[in-house]
Amino acid sequence: MKSIGKYILFIGSLFVNREKFKTYVALTLDECINIGINSLILISIVATFIGAVSTIQTAYNLVSPLIPDYVISQVVRDLTILELAPSITAIVFAGKVGSNIAGELGTMRITEQIDALEVMGINSVSYLVFPKILASLITYPMLVVIAGFLSIMGGYLAGVYTGIVTEADYLYGLKVDFIEFNVSFAMIKSFVFAFLVSSISSYKGFYTTGGAFEVGKASTIAVTNSCIAILLADYLLAQLLL
Amino acid sequence: MIEIQNIKKSFDGKAVLKGISGVFRKGKTNLIIGASGTGKSVLLKCIVGLIKPDEGTVYYDNRDFTHANRNLKTDIRREIGMLFQGGALFDSKNVEENVIFPLNVLTEMPLDEKLDRVNFCLQRVGLENVNKKMPSEISGGMKKRVGIARAIVNNSSYLFCDEPNSGLDPQTAITIDNLIKEITEEYDITTVVVTHDMNSVMEIGDYVMFLHEGEKVWEGSDQNIMKSRVKELNDFVFANKMMRIVKNEETSNT
Repeated sequence: MKSIGKYILFIGSLFVNREKFKTYVALTLDECINIGINSLILISIVATFIGAVSTIQTAYNLVSPLIPDYVISQVVRDLTILELAPSITAIVFAGKVGSNIAGELGTMRITEQIDALEVMGINSVSYLVFPKILASLITYPMLVVIAGFLSIMGGYLAGVYTGIVTEADYLYGLKVDFIEFNVSFAMIKSFVFAFLVSSISSYKGFYTTGGAFEVGKASTIAVTNSCIAILLADYLLAQLLL
Repeated sequence: MIEIQNIKKSFDGKAVLKGISGVFRKGKTNLIIGASGTGKSVLLKCIVGLIKPDEGTVYYDNRDFTHANRNLKTDIRREIGMLFQGGALFDSKNVEENVIFPLNVLTEMPLDEKLDRVNFCLQRVGLENVNKKMPSEISGGMKKRVGIARAIVNNSSYLFCDEPNSGLDPQTAITIDNLIKEITEEYDITTVVVTHDMNSVMEIGDYVMFLHEGEKVWEGSDQNIMKSRVKELNDFVFANKMMRIVKNEETSNT
């Protein structure tokens, strides 16, 4: 409970005693590159393969001749939009970006770089963490859209080029009984997960004490806590919104 | 001038500072000395506001810093420059970006003026042609110089140095000490240096405060330190063989 209280105060301190607006614009753009662009390759690879594997495994499980082939892409589509793109990508995002944020801030803490900012009269939480959270909120939903597209494309490549499903069936399955709200739901999840990963990792890194060993430990805890928070939020959002 | 009154601080029930008071004067190099673990760095952090003291007050030119509201605290902090033990340079920024940083964030100066100021400060600390080097590409002594340049770039009124010559060879350590003293006198600022290096005490100590187990047990000038009869201070000062030789020579001369 003490940790949750400290985390809420930490989030609150993002919005007090801020620096000039243009300072944040430059920092946020830098963070968009670090957090978003630099995660693109990893997330693209993961999404493409998950889509391909989902197609093969769905086809493997649909053994009844009464079920039409287009159901395969229908399953892949809904699985991708509802879960794979926003949630599995979030776990990958937590592993890559979360550990990076915690490691960076942890190292800045133990080498007194954060103290240096504080002594200059700069709100270090706001200066260091706010751009990271903002950049995550901007870039993560974009990554989810790209991951969703690539997952469905991965499924298409694995399904059509191995003869599991015809191109016409796959494309038909993508369109049939499409629920538009699922996309909105995925976007809501992506904003929530982006906030959770960036803020939890920043919090863990920011309050690191000790040396290199503790920085490593903070990175691991940041990833673990982010993953747990993602799964809890995933369940709560599904329960509330579906 | 900085005045501290009855500063107390405990961690997990263990008293680290037991009511320390003192005055650090403008234009002077004020030293806080003592053995490791006596609370020097904690006292320095209490003075600059990185740690909140349990009791006591810190005044910057008669302005109550400890109980100040956020705006006054920020205003006072923007008059502070600090040199950290490891330099605390931002790893992701080169030397020039490190020194220009306070100007970028805290002022509206045009870029060419800022660059002039950065180059002036780097030259003042004896660094040239290192603007584009990263902190990982320069030596420990150079990092300290860059740290000093960053601390004075914003025309600070107060300069704090935490173990400025730790990890440096004796010659470079003396150069850094002299640089701190020269800057203090040249810009008429209040400088507080935490150190356990007796060479620094003898080189630059206009005013010396000696801490022992969280208490101030002696204060005075570098001239008086050799004549002190305080046992804890004598144990600290004459732990060094060189200092014992100096003392013996002084005694035999008189």
